[in-house]
Amino acid sequence: MTSGTRTAPRYQGKRYRLDKPELLAPAGNLEKLKFAIHYGADAVYIGGQKYGLRSNADNFSFEEMKEGVEFANRYGAKVFVATNIYAHNEDIDGLEDYLRNLEEAGISAIIAADPIIIETAQRVAPKLEVHLSTQQSTMNWQAVKFWKDEGLPRVVLARETSFEEIEEIKKHVDIEIEAFIHGAMCSSYSGRCVLSNHFTDRDSNRGGCCQSCRWKYDLFQDNAPMNEQGEDQFTMGSKDLCMIDYLPELIEVGVDSFKIEGRMKSIHYVATVVNVYRQAIDAYFADPDNYEVKPEWIEEMNKAANRPLNTGFFLDTPGAEDHIYGPEEKAAPYDFAGVVLSYDESSGFATVQQRNHFKPGQEVEFVGPGGTFFKQTVTELTDSDGNVLDAARHPLQHVRIRTLKPVKAMDMMRKRIR
Amino acid sequence: MVYKPELLATASSLEELTRLIEAGADAFVIGEARYGTRLAGEFKLDMIKEAVAIAKPRGVRIYVAANNLMDNKTLESLPAYIAGLSEAGVDAIVFGDPAVLMAAKEHAPGIGLHWNAEMTSTNYATAEYWARRGATRFVLAREINMEQIEEIKAKSKLELQVQVHGMTNIYHSKRSLVNSYLDHQGREQSGREVELDRGLYLMEAERPNERFPIYEDANGTHIMSSDDICMLENLHELLVICADSLKVEGILKSIEYNEVVVRAYRQAIDAYLADPEAYEFREEWLDPIREVQDPNRELSFGFFYKEQVY
Repeated sequence: MTSGTRTAPRYQGKRYRLDKPELLAPAGNLEKLKFAIHYGADAVYIGGQKYGLRSNADNFSFEEMKEGVEFANRYGAKVFVATNIYAHNEDIDGLEDYLRNLEEAGISAIIAADPIIIETAQRVAPKLEVHLSTQQSTMNWQAVKFWKDEGLPRVVLARETSFEEIEEIKKHVDIEIEAFIHGAMCSSYSGRCVLSNHFTDRDSNRGGCCQSCRWKYDLFQDNAPMNEQGEDQFTMGSKDLCMIDYLPELIEVGVDSFKIEGRMKSIHYVATVVNVYRQAIDAYFADPDNYEVKPEWIEEMNKAANRPLNTGFFLDTPGAEDHIYGPEEKAAPYDFAGVVLSYDESSGFATVQQRNHFKPGQEVEFVGPGGTFFKQTVTELTDSDGNVLDAARHPLQHVRIRTLKPVKAMDMMRKRIR
Repeated sequence: MVYKPELLATASSLEELTRLIEAGADAFVIGEARYGTRLAGEFKLDMIKEAVAIAKPRGVRIYVAANNLMDNKTLESLPAYIAGLSEAGVDAIVFGDPAVLMAAKEHAPGIGLHWNAEMTSTNYATAEYWARRGATRFVLAREINMEQIEEIKAKSKLELQVQVHGMTNIYHSKRSLVNSYLDHQGREQSGREVELDRGLYLMEAERPNERFPIYEDANGTHIMSSDDICMLENLHELLVICADSLKVEGILKSIEYNEVVVRAYRQAIDAYLADPEAYEFREEWLDPIREVQDPNRELSFGFFYKEQVY
């Protein structure tokens, strides 16, 4: 899964960390927010109705934000809002009110790239922290210092920043550093791509990205194609980032917030990935000297993976093996099947909300926060009134199944598909 | 003050610089890839000095692009480089990274500072933000339309630079994407094969008439537009609002082509300034451009009249 064949040396940082880094997860809607936090995220980032870069996501109303903040408070978690567009003139009207509403909703921080959004937030909503978005593609300590001097407590570095660069930045500037450690990546410098604007008149820097970097192209020199018939075409599409093999290095180099990408991803994806990193971070801090990556973490991660994984720019500049030429590899052999709503100890039945078709005789597995986990075959399946079902057919349908072991609300059920 | 727009060009060599001055350019953006992004040619400091020596006596201004996204390593040599530019007598430094702004304020006080963050320079309020921190000019993203340009000009005190002709960058990656692909194909290659002048382009199945130039340099992979902006026909719309600098981007074009283009815009600007009221566009200015235009590349209005969604 991660690139075990890499020749680049592992980064050897100096150990000084006593405090755990923040695990920051995406939450495309209220339900995803709850799962991300329940599975161990210290903070989540969401999008509102405006100023975010995922115009196709559900995105939160102010009412939903308040509910999200209340839920997060119960876990001691924080909620950030991505306001990371590059604004056009017409976006400026309404910005002040929007930011005041975020502050009033109890949002802890905004993630912003456009200086006018940064400055306006500092002026009208001083209780909001402002974190510099990766869209600013910040890679050097002078630029980081500039933003610190501008009053920002945190910078999300460019995805192009290596371990060595991070160490250098931390050495020069005392500021919180946030870095992406998992998920899909722009293959361009963030913000420096207008393929969507040119191909489809959709503004990528205001949330209209149509992922043209993942299309296939023919490469020509003068008038001659450089790929022969049947050969893979050219693409800019990158493998996804996964830094599970390098957590100690990330911790010791001083990354303060570990960020997972994916506001458009499913609750199953977010909960699974968060669950793994939560366990890994906790295991490291419990016993740094004997820490090692557990095979089951890798296995879990692969159940959520959408694409092959790699280590981005942390070790060196990506090469041929880091891009996806030809057809994308097959997805995980498991599918999300349901969410546990409740468990009845006396009968041994769980009430499950259906998320994908499943039926008796199928192999399923249950997973919960902390990696509690077992496999079983679906035996008895009924509707909520106790009528026997031959399959759970309907999305969001409440069904009851007998489980081998006790389960808890918000545990997830997967089915084997291959 | 009398309105006198600047006709800004690029140059790949001292020869091109000289010829484009003759053709009517008022100013140039030059520089080297170590500090500047997507330059038409490589001008190290000693060549920049020569360029200034050629330009100054003719009243022509030299701006140096230092608008790369900087890494820590480049910071080490940046102060000396910027001091050197100041000493060489360049009129302005083009920046995108705040690190350059800070270095320029310290090591080249008083020098012009052109804020150019490429696709992300999109609104008047952000222009004013950089103005308060010392910027003197705002280089507009190419993906905004005429209406937005008018509003930016009306609401910002900064000099406004607009690209009126040539190709634009549509994608910039730090990755070596062409070399990665050739590696994947198992091709032997040298770095030379993917440079600016190698005639590489991409095509996409659903856009059979569009060719997107692609090349690699020390700053990564650059993909360029399949069309060339040509605002000549409607140049008066920019002149009426007193746009301060009109840029002809000469990257990936021959000196002959750029000469024809600069001459055409010179004629139009001069005709407008001579008598704004009576100004009318003349086809005879555009015809020579059409003659030298690559038939595979459309002359377009870029985003000047587009509405985008998101």
